[in-house]
Amino acid sequence: MKIRDNRAWWLVLPVFVLVAFSAIIPMMTVVNYSVQDIFDPSTRYFVGTEWYREILADPRLRDSLLRQFLYSACVLAIEVPLGIVVALSMPRRGLGVPVSLILLALPLLVPWNVVGTIWQIIGREDIGLYGWLINHAGIDYNYASNPRDAWITVLVMDVWHWTSLVALLCYSGLRSIPDVYYQAARIDRASNWAVFRYIQLPKLKNVLLIAVMLRFMDSFMIYTEPFVLTGGGPGTATTFLSQTLTQMALGQFDLGRAAAFSLIYFLIILLVTWVFYTAMTHRDDMR
Amino acid sequence: MAEIRLEQLAHRYGGRAAPATDYALRPMAHVWEQGGAYALLGPSGCGKSTLLNIISGLLAPSEGRVLFDGRPVNDLTPQQRNIAQVFQFPVVYDTMTVYDNLAFPLRNQGQPRDTIDARVREVAKALEIEGVLQRRARHLSADEKQKVSMGRGLVRDDVAAILFDEPLTVIDPQLKWRLRRKLKEIHRRFDVTMIYVTHDQLEASTFADKIAVMYDGQIVQFGTPRELFENPRHTFVGYFIGSPGMNLLDVSRDGDIVTLAGAPYPFPRAWREAFAGQAGRRLQVGIRPEFVSLVNAETAPLTGTVAQVQDQGTFRIVDIRLSTPAESVIKARVAEEVTVPEGRVGIDLPLTWLRAYADDQLVEVAHEDS
Repeated sequence: MKIRDNRAWWLVLPVFVLVAFSAIIPMMTVVNYSVQDIFDPSTRYFVGTEWYREILADPRLRDSLLRQFLYSACVLAIEVPLGIVVALSMPRRGLGVPVSLILLALPLLVPWNVVGTIWQIIGREDIGLYGWLINHAGIDYNYASNPRDAWITVLVMDVWHWTSLVALLCYSGLRSIPDVYYQAARIDRASNWAVFRYIQLPKLKNVLLIAVMLRFMDSFMIYTEPFVLTGGGPGTATTFLSQTLTQMALGQFDLGRAAAFSLIYFLIILLVTWVFYTAMTHRDDMR
Repeated sequence: MAEIRLEQLAHRYGGRAAPATDYALRPMAHVWEQGGAYALLGPSGCGKSTLLNIISGLLAPSEGRVLFDGRPVNDLTPQQRNIAQVFQFPVVYDTMTVYDNLAFPLRNQGQPRDTIDARVREVAKALEIEGVLQRRARHLSADEKQKVSMGRGLVRDDVAAILFDEPLTVIDPQLKWRLRRKLKEIHRRFDVTMIYVTHDQLEASTFADKIAVMYDGQIVQFGTPRELFENPRHTFVGYFIGSPGMNLLDVSRDGDIVTLAGAPYPFPRAWREAFAGQAGRRLQVGIRPEFVSLVNAETAPLTGTVAQVQDQGTFRIVDIRLSTPAESVIKARVAEEVTVPEGRVGIDLPLTWLRAYADDQLVEVAHEDS
């Protein structure tokens, strides 16, 4: 007969309690909100999936969702290749190593709202360094009034803030490749491209997976920087999902719809991340 | 296919500014002839790999020249020198199949598809990895990976030389022996210069026609396995080659009396003269255990007591502690059927096999017809 000892469950209990308070209970509260219409603590009605249907039909949500996807795609398309290039051109030994590591780490240490403020000032055409330079170079630039300029500014700001992360991750990946691989490639007369394609990229795959997921999730949830920089404007040009959500929840105090919204938001991130993960790890298992 | 010549070659990792004691390779001149199978034998840290990397061009020597067929190649990259090199630990391109791995050097040269296919299959067959050609390299076992790694060195048939840097370290002994035979076979078939770095004398002597023994950044002797065995030019070659290595006994001169291990020994005149010509240097004589014979203690000039007998299966190694003041131990290799006397034994050191060394270098002694 098999003896079962269930005492181990007691050891799991602390984790379970912690996770309950940190994730499960807040999440269930949101689920609870999303299926009810609440006026005050004693006046509430069960509305089923009504909020969900309403939200999915809301053009405001669809617009900002589209904007959000476009934004995250741009962020990934710029930061990942740029990060790899930066990592490849970093020195491998000598004094340059600590210097470049510190320089790269600096943007990562700046708080989000400070980043927004920095770019708000630096981009102004009257007193900001970049804004003034661009305007004096003959290009009409104003991030506060022109939607295209606002977009570019938010994007450049994100690239400035987060490319370092991708570069640092890639650099650590590159450092783990033994010299003998490069020597063998030289003996085999591999071109620089072949070295990158067959030696560096395969070794970078795991860190790139982390970098892509982190940058996707982070950029998909971006809030503070555009909020400080443009306030979502001009119009709704830089109003991303999280800001739409905040306006709905706190501005209009529309808790039911906001709750349904956040659950959909959460599921989208989960889904896209899963797709990335599966796509990048799946090819391994073949052959 | 090339003759490789080293001229006044030396290397200090710190460059010319480093102190003279920092030589990884001490100044040397050497020639590897076209089409030879050579081994570079020596203990870890003696500079074998440094020398190999200088020949292949992965490392630039701080002094001297490397010439391929008389042409200086110091400034040429490994690609331009057209060298193939196999490293100690397998280097495979993980994401490629075994086939693509083997084809890689040929594709980089822009060879036609048919040639590539024929070469890859030929090499795969020689290394017995035809069965895994379509497998991804990352899923292979360590020795399969090393075979792929070696295969990439062998596929190009136009190389100046193929260099091996202890390529069989990760391979299990059974396979090691077979791969070594394979390499020799490939060497004969393709007529290409091969230099094989190893610290294993058996590996060196089964692979190479000629062995260069390295010690402390220098090639101390270059010769056939037999020459290294019979006539070591340096005491290091004496005790590094052979198992066990050569017996070395101190010799000193006190006026006309020459002592061996602290006790007077009746050296013939030619020997005494040879020693006299080396005044001020450290004198030794060496003899291989194979040539030491045990004789009657009463008539022998040198005696000792048996300290230990090791049975090696087909022969025995007898350790004899000499009865001289220095109490050195001398090893003798005796056949199984010989009975080893207990206690005191006489030792005969045949002059034909006795070698004299001054400061570790061989001293020639004229033969006497007596």
